[in-house]
Amino acid sequence: MGTAWNAYDANKMSAGKADGQALAEIAANDPRIVALTADLAKSTNTGIFGEQFPDRMFNVGIAEQNLFGVAAGLAKVGYIPFASTFAIFACLRGGEFIRTDAAYQKLPVKIIGTHGGLSFGAAGSTHHCIEDFAVMRAIPNMTVVIPADAYECARAIKSCVDVPGPFYLRVGRGMEPLLHNSEDEFDFEIGKAMHLKDGNDVTIIACGNPTRDALIAGEMLDEQGVSAQVINMHTLKPIDREAIVEAAVKTRRIVTVEEHNVVGGLGDAVAAVLAESGKRCILTKIGIPDEFGPIGKPEDLYALYKLSSQGIMETVMELMGKEIEEDDWDDED
Amino acid sequence: MPNTNVTIDELKAKAKELRANIVETTFSATSGHIGGSLSAADMLVALYFKYLNVDPSDPDKYDRDRFVMSKGHCALGYVPCLAMRGYLDIEEVKAKFNKTGSAYGMHPDSKKIRGCDASTGSLGHGLPMGVGMLLGLKLKNMDSKVVVMTGDGECQEGSNWEAAMAAAHYKLGNLIWIIDRNKLEIDGPTEEVLGLEPLADKVKAFGFKVIECKGNDMEDVDRALAEAWANDSDTPVCIISHTMKGIGVEHYQGKVTSHYISFGDSRKDIEPILEYIKNTDVATIK
Repeated sequence: MGTAWNAYDANKMSAGKADGQALAEIAANDPRIVALTADLAKSTNTGIFGEQFPDRMFNVGIAEQNLFGVAAGLAKVGYIPFASTFAIFACLRGGEFIRTDAAYQKLPVKIIGTHGGLSFGAAGSTHHCIEDFAVMRAIPNMTVVIPADAYECARAIKSCVDVPGPFYLRVGRGMEPLLHNSEDEFDFEIGKAMHLKDGNDVTIIACGNPTRDALIAGEMLDEQGVSAQVINMHTLKPIDREAIVEAAVKTRRIVTVEEHNVVGGLGDAVAAVLAESGKRCILTKIGIPDEFGPIGKPEDLYALYKLSSQGIMETVMELMGKEIEEDDWDDED
Repeated sequence: MPNTNVTIDELKAKAKELRANIVETTFSATSGHIGGSLSAADMLVALYFKYLNVDPSDPDKYDRDRFVMSKGHCALGYVPCLAMRGYLDIEEVKAKFNKTGSAYGMHPDSKKIRGCDASTGSLGHGLPMGVGMLLGLKLKNMDSKVVVMTGDGECQEGSNWEAAMAAAHYKLGNLIWIIDRNKLEIDGPTEEVLGLEPLADKVKAFGFKVIECKGNDMEDVDRALAEAWANDSDTPVCIISHTMKGIGVEHYQGKVTSHYISFGDSRKDIEPILEYIKNTDVATIK
């Protein structure tokens, strides 16, 4: 047995007893909610959703194309399906079914991609997923959210029911440390960037698991005399353009941080907004530099790709040393 | 329940009308996927004029049967059939098919076409969606049928078999998978491109009850659908409908080249074709 909720359950591991209820909570009051998985739930532990709603859980076996086709069919007859599998198998193995069945028909299929980024480190590149941001944000009608921790995941799951059309939620393996202390201590609105720390010299825009490291890096930078603003861009699409342009004008330096290929993800989304804005700004993208990552413990891989707090801090310091040409820019507010 | 008031002769007449509409739509669009549309025409007519519980005045009727045209390129047959059933204006379909800005493209768009239950075009998507629809309908304790029509070449897509496994596993006795077995795909006969046989045995092995019929013989189509509709077991049904690609257009029927054809600019070119359709009982074509 298993479900979309499975992703959630994984996050619960790091959130202690806090959040296992999210999908089950909303499902209790909303009979439209059903869940699907492709043989990626724990076989004996059905989880909270499965225990409470066994009739509303469907395991389609190891068949990701069918997973999303079936989810679309359920949505066609009035359900809100949460379909969960590893991020890489969702976005690429099942990708065309997500695109053509769910997105083209604007159906409320909620996709939860687990084990995103390098979080399944030792599993190697077959199971790493550094392409899903690019794939998912290029699909029309799709909303893309990458929560920074289990509490945000809970909020996103509760919020996404009201988002029309398909929705992609990317999470890690469930062993990541928490950014927040509880589910209720922060404002979470899909499409609205979350300001984690104020600063005037540079802006760090992060999403997903490395967001916590970005915040720690911001605090480390304070000690180095660099005032860093830290933004949690949990919603990749639709992206909060206003927050990006404001950051550009305020700090003129931006570093993006994502557990994804630097091609096609958060960094490129931010770059596009910056270029279109006409504001003077220099950007450095931290992410996987368009290569398949090595095998290793996730924390080792994060350090390798400067996704750790230390790596982020060092990258910011390098950026602080770069000159910004003043030439023809005339965007001073 | 099937409409028992309609006779085989009436269905045959409707199938002739649909074939003529397919030819005229192709002429208007200048070209089209005529082969698979013509091979499936008799089955489409029998479904829409006798078997499917649908209501053109209420396309979203909650307890309706669902039909998924998984071989979406045969919108050329499916959409005129919807029009003839009363969902759309047939003259508008003919005039606008494939035209810029039209709701009626080469592959059907459920967001734009009244009565169309699923957008299709990429092969191997209909059966998974149909399985999902039926899981949902079953959860609602509804007894509606879900009918999915695939091509035979389409069965080379692995997703069909993923869905077939799920259909049997979840005991979806109200699922009817129709395979339009016209034996040809773009690059040649299915058995030369990538053999499907023994197809019936394969489908049976996946947990379906298999009914075979002569898919261009209305009496046999009716027999097969009656048997499928009467299924009250937990076993999903598959109808392998043996048909001829392009049937009704004399110079193309049974030929690989019928998959997608263009007509000339002159309406005179299609007049003999329409005459042939009018005067021919397709069940007699060998």
